[in-house]
Amino acid sequence: MAADGSKFDDALTGEQKIRNFNINFGPQHPAAHGVLRMVLELDGEIVERVDPHIGLLHRGTEKLMESRTYLQNLPYFDRLDYVAPMNQEHAWCLAIERLTGTEITRRASLIRVLYSEMGRVLNHLLNVTAQAMDVGAMTPLAWGFEEREKLMIFYERACGARLHAAYFRPGGVHVDLPQKLCDDIWAWTESFGEVLDDIEGLITENRIFKERNVDIAVVSREDAMAYGFSGVMVRGSGMAWDLRRAQPYECYDEFDFQIPVGQNGDCYDRYLCRMMEMRESVKIMRQALEKLDQCKGEDVLARGKLTPPKRGDMKTSMEALIHHFKLYTEGFHVPEGEIYAAVEAPKGEFGVYLVSDGSNKPYKAKLRAPGYPHLAAMDHLSRGHQLADVAAILGSLDIVFGEVDR
Amino acid sequence: MNDSVMIEELKDLGAHLEVRQEAAMLSHQVVGGELTVTVTPTNVPSFVQFLKDDAACQFTTLIDITAIDWPEREKRFEVVYHFLSMTQNQRIRVKVPVREREIVPSIIDVHPSADWYEREVFDMYGVMFSGHPDLRRILTDYGFRGHPLRKDFPTTGYVEVRYSEEEKRVVYEPVSLVQDYRQFDFMSPWEGAEYILPGDEKKEA
Repeated sequence: MAADGSKFDDALTGEQKIRNFNINFGPQHPAAHGVLRMVLELDGEIVERVDPHIGLLHRGTEKLMESRTYLQNLPYFDRLDYVAPMNQEHAWCLAIERLTGTEITRRASLIRVLYSEMGRVLNHLLNVTAQAMDVGAMTPLAWGFEEREKLMIFYERACGARLHAAYFRPGGVHVDLPQKLCDDIWAWTESFGEVLDDIEGLITENRIFKERNVDIAVVSREDAMAYGFSGVMVRGSGMAWDLRRAQPYECYDEFDFQIPVGQNGDCYDRYLCRMMEMRESVKIMRQALEKLDQCKGEDVLARGKLTPPKRGDMKTSMEALIHHFKLYTEGFHVPEGEIYAAVEAPKGEFGVYLVSDGSNKPYKAKLRAPGYPHLAAMDHLSRGHQLADVAAILGSLDIVFGEVDR
Repeated sequence: MNDSVMIEELKDLGAHLEVRQEAAMLSHQVVGGELTVTVTPTNVPSFVQFLKDDAACQFTTLIDITAIDWPEREKRFEVVYHFLSMTQNQRIRVKVPVREREIVPSIIDVHPSADWYEREVFDMYGVMFSGHPDLRRILTDYGFRGHPLRKDFPTTGYVEVRYSEEEKRVVYEPVSLVQDYRQFDFMSPWEGAEYILPGDEKKEA
């Protein structure tokens, strides 16, 4: 027998030839953030190819919307990105208001800003802490959920529901906020900074968190544009693109806030952006509360065909009663036309492309979810990374399947 | 940004495209502060490339691709592209009218993000894209048949699934509805609609 072992070549059969390994990540994987099945092709521990299979949570929202009235369609938006429900409703309301040419009252506009920013905090709290959990830290999630709980109680006190709010309505918001609620939100904004400091103390300089996130899934500016990214995914790469600033909707142009941007475009920078954005959101919320203080008692619904009549009027006026009945059965008609309305949702640009044929139901509605192009780029982002990084990348993409699958 | 200024800018952009891409464009219009350009199917990739590269356009981000089904039209589908220019802070909508079996060239070479959007349009409307490397269904079930967002596809679908205790697996069955799917007739005299009462049609005969 030769000492160099060359004689053992004949032991290598076809079976033993090294080939890439395919595994299924999900659909029941805790780090998949919902029902995502990803077929991963691995060369050792290096990811060669990712093929996400989505649609396991597809409910046909766009099809359903075509057979329901505009108002009945509103609650579907809560069920898209259920982490920050009101931001989606906002886009739907804006689309209808732009097509019908409805001006909403100032108080309604301020309340929308207040609750949109609350949605942003809700979303980022979950995402940042869940991303920490994906790479092994348990505590931040528990701390984040404590604050989310408080915010969901603010949701509940405004509209009666913790998640599926249906609070923003075409023409304003459903009901006014009681003063006590405004005071409590104010008190919360004062205490929230400390909680953020605590969470940051746990994560930001944590060695494990940095090892798992720094230089992972680096997104260059060119990539961000080529793959249709929006929101934190472009801001993390150093582009100060924010629809609230670039194409102001509602009354965002009168608020004073910064747009945090990253430098390296990796998972860690995106985490930092989200932390900073929460602080900016709290700043906006405080300004909104101050402005709300100056317009107490104003209407929160534009009076017209889109909105119900006042309860008191219905007791005395026949027309108001008929209006109420027709609004909740037939619904309002939207003039023929098409519109694309987008908002800066916490995850990126959430848009509604609405085509109306002049009836009481949308002819076509396309929901442009920010998570969809982000997840589509998963193959590009994960290539050459290790299997364990897939969870970190997925966490930093901020995917919620309610909106990706629709 | 001031609305009238924005509309003027979009009109200028539309005129600019008219001059530079005359062959590709069928029409352009600014409605409700949005620029819509209609393009012939064969010219889509070159037109999109122009939108991306031209200094006055720079529509580098593909926002969305979808389609609209107009069953009564000769060109049944309208494929709709939305683009965004972060540098010019403008949006544009590109529409491509196509017949039912007509094939649209894919723009995946210009915008890699078109991958999933084109798959979705194929899945939902059955519009085919040539040059797409992997035109599979994306949102519907494995082995799904039909294109759900077509107007002639019923909202209830054709197939339903349940877990069968006898067979110990998920089984597919034709949809059986306990009651009819409720589609209300909203024609009303309040909005001056033509009201056809049941039985009226016999009067003519």
